[in-house]
Amino acid sequence: MTAALEIRNVAVDLGGRRVLHGIDLSVACGELVAVVGPNGAGKTTLLRAVLGLQPVGIGRVLVEGRPAKPGRPAIGYVPQRHEFAWDFPISVANAVATGLSGQLGLFRRPSAASWEAVADALDRVRLTDLAGRPVGQLSGGQRQRVLVARALAPRPSVLLLDEPFTGLDMPTQELLAELFADLAHEGRAVLMTTHDLLGAIDGADRLALLNRTIIAADTPAHLVGDPAAWAATFGVGEDSALLRMVAAAAA
Amino acid sequence: MSPIDFFVDLFNPDLAFLVKALAVAVMSSVVCGVVGTYVVLRGMAFIGDAVAHAVFPGLAVAFVVSGNLVLGGMIAGVLTAVLVAVFSQNRRIKEDSIIGIFFVAAFALGIVVISQAPGYAGSLQQFLFGSITGIPDSDLYVVGGTAALVLLAVLLLNKEFVTVSLDRESARAMGLRVFWLDLVLYVLVTLAVVISVQTIGNILVLALLITPAATARLLTDRLGIMMLAAPIIGGLSALVGLYLSWSWDLPTGGTIVLVLTGVFLIAWLASPRQGVLARLVAKRRIHPVEPTPARPAAVLPASAAAEPTPVPPAVVLPASAVAEPVPVPPAVVLPVSAAAEPISPESVLQEARP
Repeated sequence: MTAALEIRNVAVDLGGRRVLHGIDLSVACGELVAVVGPNGAGKTTLLRAVLGLQPVGIGRVLVEGRPAKPGRPAIGYVPQRHEFAWDFPISVANAVATGLSGQLGLFRRPSAASWEAVADALDRVRLTDLAGRPVGQLSGGQRQRVLVARALAPRPSVLLLDEPFTGLDMPTQELLAELFADLAHEGRAVLMTTHDLLGAIDGADRLALLNRTIIAADTPAHLVGDPAAWAATFGVGEDSALLRMVAAAAA
Repeated sequence: MSPIDFFVDLFNPDLAFLVKALAVAVMSSVVCGVVGTYVVLRGMAFIGDAVAHAVFPGLAVAFVVSGNLVLGGMIAGVLTAVLVAVFSQNRRIKEDSIIGIFFVAAFALGIVVISQAPGYAGSLQQFLFGSITGIPDSDLYVVGGTAALVLLAVLLLNKEFVTVSLDRESARAMGLRVFWLDLVLYVLVTLAVVISVQTIGNILVLALLITPAATARLLTDRLGIMMLAAPIIGGLSALVGLYLSWSWDLPTGGTIVLVLTGVFLIAWLASPRQGVLARLVAKRRIHPVEPTPARPAAVLPASAAAEPTPVPPAVVLPASAVAEPVPVPPAVVLPVSAAAEPISPESVLQEARP
């Protein structure tokens, strides 16, 4: 397994304040890594640094061995659901096709190959039946899958998911978690931020506990045996429900 | 005056200005309809308003130095759009405040400049409320050329505009130049406004940008159809408005805007899915409150006529909903518009196929 995504000793400053420091994290092809941490821990900033949208102060972010920069087709980005204008009059298929806009370049219209890529992406997230439906009519889970399909359209090797489970019910979360694990195990490197600790422990191959820096990164099986790391990451006391939940997950 | 008299007047060489006014009004309505689609979908109405006012100093300067009005307005509008785009990069002050500062400043500058011209009150009124007389031939070419340029730009950049409108952050991640695309869109809005100012007037031009696109949005869930329907609604309303203003001696800009508003209200009431009447009908279908089996359609006779397809109460398939022609009631509509209407069904069917 090669590391498709490598973050080496990265520090990020925002408005003169150091929000991330000493970040070392790599994600190999075929691996699903979940980043968990409290609000303000720097999860979204980390993803933006990987996308090349957030300049890093020191350190390097390498995607397939090359420095991160916007427009690399190697990365598929799935933003939080509320970032997308769901009231826009556009069909599912056309929304997914916008995932190719960067790759196609200015003035170029989607080709037959593009529509094939769109069809494959829709098929992969099982939205083919809804291809013609306006995006505004979809449920939360379907919307999340539209965003995933849009990210998959350029056939990236790295997939970034920003809090994909927020606001979804458990059955929908489980279906999506299964999809994300499959996407990883097909050979993509998947990096996901989430507040769903149980889902992360259950579904991710590795967990990274983030609070301004990586407090610990290991397989969920190892990490659940380390309550001190969880307590340090989330700033909670010994009697916290969070720690009891982690302990319960360990059992 | 009957539509036929109006038609005859159009070919009267003594009334050549009428044809020119019609050409400029229809061209600007079509361009505003297309560009307005983005303005409405992105919630940029305030920017449209700002640009509309910002072209004023350019018009004033051009008027004072007897230059080309369209060109003057274009320079001022684009300059303001650029200033807004650049100053908006400062995150501490929000874009709407920046717009508020610059568009009023531009308008104020315009008033100061035009006050330097002798007898400015009359020309001021012409700028603010539009006029159909005194359009020089050269303007016809400038307006036509600008219209073609704007439509071409929209055609070429539609993919990028849609991508950015859906989700800016992802568009940035894809490597799109979001700032430049925004700037180009502002400039296109400016151009659409500038070519419309002369007939419609500075104050009323916003209606041309917003109302047809908003009406079209009520009628469809497809961007492609919306971009076709908005210019058709705008163009026809300009035609009807000019006819009404000509036959009843009403101010042209105001009449066109009122026609547009009327069409919007009709769509709001009778749109196949979002319309108020359709909702009432759907509600009645779900909860048949009164037992009126003898005359089920008699509840809302007007809506039944405007809406041949019964709208299913819950989720509607895209194809069925869009297959309706733009529901303009026959009473208000001229024969001309009826002929131009039926383009929607075919384009709808094409559009519906993925």
